[in-house]
Amino acid sequence: MSGLTIRQAAGAEHSRILGIGGVRGENVVTNDDLAGPIDSSDEWIRQRTGIVTRRRAGADVDVLDLSEAAARKAIAAAGLTGGDIDAVLFATTTYFHQTPAAAAVLADRIGATPAAAYDISAACAGYAYGIAQADALVRSGAAQHVLVVGAEKMSDFVDPTDRSISFLLGDGAGAAVVGPSDTPGIGPTIWGSDGGKAPAIRQTHAWSDLREHPELGWPTLRQDGQTVFKWAAFQMAPVAEKALAAAGVTAQDVQAFIPHQANMRIIDQMIKQLGLPESVAVARDIAETGNTSAASIPLATERLLAEGLARSGDLALQIGFGAGLVYAAQVIVLP
Amino acid sequence: MAYTEQEVLAGLAEIVSEETGLPTDAVVAEKSFTDDLDIDSLSMMTIVTHAEDKFGVRIPDEEVKNLATVGDAVSFITGAQA
Repeated sequence: MSGLTIRQAAGAEHSRILGIGGVRGENVVTNDDLAGPIDSSDEWIRQRTGIVTRRRAGADVDVLDLSEAAARKAIAAAGLTGGDIDAVLFATTTYFHQTPAAAAVLADRIGATPAAAYDISAACAGYAYGIAQADALVRSGAAQHVLVVGAEKMSDFVDPTDRSISFLLGDGAGAAVVGPSDTPGIGPTIWGSDGGKAPAIRQTHAWSDLREHPELGWPTLRQDGQTVFKWAAFQMAPVAEKALAAAGVTAQDVQAFIPHQANMRIIDQMIKQLGLPESVAVARDIAETGNTSAASIPLATERLLAEGLARSGDLALQIGFGAGLVYAAQVIVLP
Repeated sequence: MAYTEQEVLAGLAEIVSEETGLPTDAVVAEKSFTDDLDIDSLSMMTIVTHAEDKFGVRIPDEEVKNLATVGDAVSFITGAQA
């Protein structure tokens, strides 16, 4: 046994989000555009989801294109350049290469080479997972400026005849830069999973099934809507409450609530369960953007700030939840 | 102590009223949740969750589709009590 001891890294005492940015698919898709094949209507979709339109990207745009545009905005908002980023975390479920990871390609595109780069597969909780990791990387000294991207082209996974989830989905990307801070800017993350409910949000079949059964065609998404609603609306509020408590604040202390934009009915039920005062600005980007999975929280955050409903320095409670099932919540100081 | 069917019906009527705004006396055993009370699938899950909490029972998600009428729900909840 060597008598030598080794050094361990030590990072910043605190971390915070320094800048945020987002982009949405350029096409506005109305409920009427989708209602025919699912024998539905604008009224039915609005009443059950709160969605009026969703944004979808064109055929020539992929998830990397979306992520690059969002990343550039976030880095600029942070007052940095690509070369300042030393870790890139890419949360997505819609990048079609098993390898290499989207994060490394994105890092190269934005001039962040040789940043550490890896993807996060945590569906609609991917961004909140990324913020948890970025906070840990900055405070451990593993990185100084971490780019967290949530980017999805969900329209690549939709079945126009599916009544369970496809009509909810939109395309977009949101990004945040996490860096050192003089004051606490990211509260403790409350996160977890429940793989016993893995089938509740699922792919119709595995890619490997196509080898023997090419007739199955391209996989698309399905969900058990009632199971997911019950889980999200009633089991995620206690997770959010734990995140508030862990940060040392209450629902009365936050200025903004930014849940994953899954369904307006889930958002409304969570507000009730949490007892949020009316003064809290609630992110409702889903009405115009649809459910963009990992991109939804940063997109909704950017919108709250852009519309002046929340301001830099405000406390926001954010929570991501989705396929896995997985979830993560934390209180953050808005950039 | 187990709730009687009448107590379950009364409690369920309060939960349904809270969720839908309907008067409690509109919630009677023979009414269909969807056809008569106009309760959609998500509101139904809200009612189910509150009923689980109130009566201390578990109503599996796959069971909910079998609860067509208020009476079905009352029977299930009454029977599910330990």
